[in-house]
Amino acid sequence: MKTGDPNSRSVEARASQTEVVLIGVSKKFRRGSLALQDISIRVDKHEFVSLLGPSGCGKSTLLRLVSGLTPASSGQLEVMGKSPAAARDQMSFIFQDATLLPWRTVEQNVGLGLELEHEKKETRIAKVAKMLELVGLTAVAQRYPRQLSGGMKMRVSIARALVSRPSLLLLDEPFAALDEMSRDRLNEELLRLYSEQKWTVMFVTHSVAEAVFLSTRIVILAPHPGRVAHVIPIDLPWPRTAETRLTMAYEEQVAQVSRLLRSVQTASLHSPDGQSAEEVQV
Amino acid sequence: MNRKLWFALNSVFVFGLLLSSWQIGVMIFKVPPYMLPGPDLVAKAIVSRFPTLLQSLLLTAEAAGMGLAGSIFVAVLISLIFAQWRGLRRLLYPYTILLQTVPIVAIAPLIIMWAGAGVYSVALITFIICLAPIIANTTQGLISVDENLVHLFVMHNASPLQVLFKLRLPHAMPSFFVGIRVSAGIAVIGSIVGELFAGSSRVGEGGLGYTITYASNQSETDFLFALVIAAAMLGFVFFFIGMFLEWYFLHNWHESSRSDIPE
Ligand SMILES: Nc1ncnc2c1ncn2[C@@H]1O[C@H](COP(=O)(O)OP(=O)(O)OP(=O)(O)O)[C@@H](O)[C@H]1O
Ligand SMILES: [Mg+2]
Repeated sequence: MKTGDPNSRSVEARASQTEVVLIGVSKKFRRGSLALQDISIRVDKHEFVSLLGPSGCGKSTLLRLVSGLTPASSGQLEVMGKSPAAARDQMSFIFQDATLLPWRTVEQNVGLGLELEHEKKETRIAKVAKMLELVGLTAVAQRYPRQLSGGMKMRVSIARALVSRPSLLLLDEPFAALDEMSRDRLNEELLRLYSEQKWTVMFVTHSVAEAVFLSTRIVILAPHPGRVAHVIPIDLPWPRTAETRLTMAYEEQVAQVSRLLRSVQTASLHSPDGQSAEEVQV
Repeated sequence: MNRKLWFALNSVFVFGLLLSSWQIGVMIFKVPPYMLPGPDLVAKAIVSRFPTLLQSLLLTAEAAGMGLAGSIFVAVLISLIFAQWRGLRRLLYPYTILLQTVPIVAIAPLIIMWAGAGVYSVALITFIICLAPIIANTTQGLISVDENLVHLFVMHNASPLQVLFKLRLPHAMPSFFVGIRVSAGIAVIGSIVGELFAGSSRVGEGGLGYTITYASNQSETDFLFALVIAAAMLGFVFFFIGMFLEWYFLHNWHESSRSDIPE
């Protein structure tokens, strides 16, 4: 089997290759209820883990904890054996909207991270050019963000995240604002890059289909307070292409995950806390 | 291109129509020239009093320019401080609004009492009324940066200075220019109001405001009209310079200054 196949490794090998580990992590905001309670998740190197769950169950919060943007209230949290903040230079975060700087061209946007890290100009330009080539943006390198379509903006955002060669990639609903076709295309492209560059990925989405297509494992969170409800390994064969979406195995996985997700949602609807039920319905 | 020419022709036509109806109206109703001079008399006044007119115009432009430039500099500094220290902003921001609501006519005599007559007092008055719009808009621009953009910078371990120069300042540019546009419009008015009180420190020399008082006292209505036209034109020039700078710095990337999208 190929080494790129995340499911081919033995359990012992995995233990030595842990990338992210959360043990009993909770997060309580200063004002507000418990956002996450007693979360324990381990993500191995080269895993693609998707986080699914009803709105407000703490998916974004979880990613922010891992990235060190917000501190955990309690519990143990390590990324590559370090504190999240210390591992920052090996992570990249991709946000829901492309968050490009409108006063910079595509090229300058992609080079932002390298620039902030004081990379030399020549190496920076070379790296950016290579990355633009890789994601097919060379033709629009000199354009400003407002001259791009939504899908292209997202691609720039991905290029910006990848150019500093991260080992861990955190994505918070990156394709939520796109139409289905662009989303499928970008999903396929993301997997192509994933198999080439072998990052570890934590991916937040609301789309079950997307999660099943991309992931090696899906974590379903339940709300109020946010906690792990289900962990589902996805064992669809690799490499996954557009064809994968047409297979029975894929359909079955989507159905199974949808069912579990719905059970989490209805459970929270019937929770005694009336306010939370309202939130879920929205 | 053709459309632009058409528009220019129309503008000239409308302008001509206005002038001639003014002229005809004055002639038909035999309005005395000290009440309302016709455009012919105003034109004559412009020509015959041109040196005084030009000198007043330049003096007012000087005071307005100094005041505006000074207020841009100070307002940006204050905005940076406000953006950096939230507590200080909360404490002092109300005074910025107070600065805007206080009637300049009321404080102009005070300033002249303290700082004396002359072009610097006039510039100071302009400076004061130009501050608030720039502070308010620039501060707003500096602090209204998308949270995720800040997070992006944090993820790259950006220093506070990097966040300021590569994120907050460029992001504040459009609102900064909104402030400039407002202030450029009121700078000339501020100077003229100042000159009504401050008059002239050099003998025989005064800005538009001073000369307006003079012409009004002498009932030289045609000259008064010439001065009004000069004042309006000066205001327009200031406004236009502001607009041009805005276009120059923002047209590449900002929606408010549209340019064609190359294919
Ligand atoms: N800065 C904050 N201060 C207080 N409460 C917060 C803050 N950020 C998030 N929360 C709360 O924490 C809970 C989880 O929020 P989070 O944004 O992580 O949810 P989510 O799963 O990402 O939702 P969505 O799917 O809608 O993006 C919510 O109840 C939210 O109101
Ligand atoms: Mg979220």
